[in-house]
Amino acid sequence: MSGNREQFRPEDHPNDHFLLTTVVGSYPKPKWLDRSKDLLEDEDADFGADEWDEAKDDAARLITEEHERAGLDVVVDGEMRRNEMVEFFAHRIDGYEFNGPVKVWGHNYFDKPSVVDEVSYDESWLVDEYEFTASVADRPVKVPITGPYTLANWSFNEAYDDEESLAYDLADLVNEEIEKLVDTGARYIQIDEPALATTPDDHAIVGECLERIAAGIPDDVRIGLHVCYGDYSRIYPEILEFPVDEFDLELANGDYEQLSVFEDPEFTADLALGVVDAHVADVESVEEIEANIRKGLEVVPPEQLTVSPDCGVKLLPREVAYGKMANLVEAARNVEADLDTGDIDVSAPTPADD
Amino acid sequence: MTHIATTPGLFPLPDDAKEGLSDLKGHQKGDLVSGDESAEVSAVYDDVREELVAVQRDAGLDRIVEGQARWDDMLAHPLTVHDNVSPGGIVRYYDNNNFYRDPVVEGELTFSGDLAADLETASELTDDLQAVAPGPYSLADLATDEHYGDDADFQAAVADFLAAELEAVPDAVETVFLLEPSLVENSPGDGADERASDAIDTVASAIDADVVAHPYWGALDEKVHAHLLDADVDAIGYDLVANHDDNVYNVAEYGTKDSVALGVVDGQNTLVESPDTITERVDWFEGRVPNDFEDVYVTANTGLFYLPVNRFEEKLRALGAATSDESVEEAEVEA
Repeated sequence: MSGNREQFRPEDHPNDHFLLTTVVGSYPKPKWLDRSKDLLEDEDADFGADEWDEAKDDAARLITEEHERAGLDVVVDGEMRRNEMVEFFAHRIDGYEFNGPVKVWGHNYFDKPSVVDEVSYDESWLVDEYEFTASVADRPVKVPITGPYTLANWSFNEAYDDEESLAYDLADLVNEEIEKLVDTGARYIQIDEPALATTPDDHAIVGECLERIAAGIPDDVRIGLHVCYGDYSRIYPEILEFPVDEFDLELANGDYEQLSVFEDPEFTADLALGVVDAHVADVESVEEIEANIRKGLEVVPPEQLTVSPDCGVKLLPREVAYGKMANLVEAARNVEADLDTGDIDVSAPTPADD
Repeated sequence: MTHIATTPGLFPLPDDAKEGLSDLKGHQKGDLVSGDESAEVSAVYDDVREELVAVQRDAGLDRIVEGQARWDDMLAHPLTVHDNVSPGGIVRYYDNNNFYRDPVVEGELTFSGDLAADLETASELTDDLQAVAPGPYSLADLATDEHYGDDADFQAAVADFLAAELEAVPDAVETVFLLEPSLVENSPGDGADERASDAIDTVASAIDADVVAHPYWGALDEKVHAHLLDADVDAIGYDLVANHDDNVYNVAEYGTKDSVALGVVDGQNTLVESPDTITERVDWFEGRVPNDFEDVYVTANTGLFYLPVNRFEEKLRALGAATSDESVEEAEVEA
């Protein structure tokens, strides 16, 4: 169990039990932000870089406040300033170049970057984003960062002998960035490694990356790892050795079929359980989400349970995304109340003293 | 020995077509190619085909593919456009960050003619036409069977389907590449290995042109390779980018066909191989096996849609230059 979660309990929290509620990161962009981007690209429009920056600030403020209105304990700005999870970082890291869009599926493309030289740290990636969000938020802010393994695996590697050495160099840069974020006040960092799901045999490489990322980061800084859409049995229990406080996992999408993977051996870290599906445009009811949260209590006791969506929700309609967040929070508060009154019998093993 | 510069097809769309088609068709899974596209969409694909043929001709390739621009679902395409197949959910395409619609086979795999129609159009553009198709093992592996009920029956049905599709291609087709990445990625076990070879044999036997069975993303298990040698194909492909040592071992230990295809250009990395490097890789292979080959197809290991357009075109030029009669030095300047 991690000792750094209590700092995120709001002062006015209504229950004795505390199921930390948060999101994975991305959120649907307001339509006017997309229109602003079109204006920025339109040479005839009277809309320049300053106006675009202001639009992004407005969107970040709006979505941060939307997260707070939903009642989330820890919020994010919905990644309003980021276009894509690899591109955004590759633009800020020396050693990358872009050659054009490549297909992901159908007519969905991304500007997959090429690593053409040793990667190095130039400008800060996220400090401005964090400072702004923290300045407009009343709740603690989480910072999602695309992990080095995914940054390596979803790029063309022209410069390194192998992907592993590239991932380790990138991990050192992520560590440098987190140190800066921590200096600025960040206390909750989430490393996103969706690529681990495509190549689960590489979990040892991800583990070594995380050792580099966590090196020198104080214990009161909470580090989470988000992995989604894969076969968890191929990475569990090995991931328990990773130096992170929390694993954020997509499980609602598969109707918790994979939950049993985490029952043996005992889940010793915190579990950020996906309780709403990020790719279904129906808002789950509060009752349904409560049932999902209780499933999490089969694996970890309440002290280790975080409640979160399966994944980033940016592809959903905005009102659906909001509905899911609001119901998620309401369901978590209901389950906490039931835990307080003893109406829920926790079947997970109680945490070992440490 | 003849060195023949070619590719396994599956090209990236030109960037303007990426945008134009996505506007015309949409972004969702229901918007992808179904086999009955509108005249407007078909016209864009016809233009793209012409452009892709011209790019290959200019690069000096010896075999010209139609480019498979319509294959939204990559190698699953021949099934996802079939009338008795429902495109299901979006599923991961091998161990890549790519996805395709799961073809759910709900009825008999009758003749469709989709492959032949595209090749018919392409045959008016080039005299060096090469067809590209999924091999029967990979196509069955990529699909979900809800009709045949038995793995062996389904494998045989997919083979018969592909045989009929390829029997219908125009006479202008000189070579057929049957792409079989699943033979490496989801290696068939006892029994299935022999069935895979039989299925490839069924398809190859229906085709008058030269047939290359081309597995990639590594080397075949020894036993799978041994079974594949029993299929009546003219050449087997070896992916020297992903695993040169085991591929050379397979050939040295078990032999191969009279011709081979050598995957010496990385279809998934933007680093462009020089014509020198390509030649070195081919020489390396030829120097390590005792065979005296009839034809050596010098090719990219995988389809090329993984690449941005500029690097894709550079790779084609490098392949063309490496096998041209001109001196390599001269060719390098061009590339």
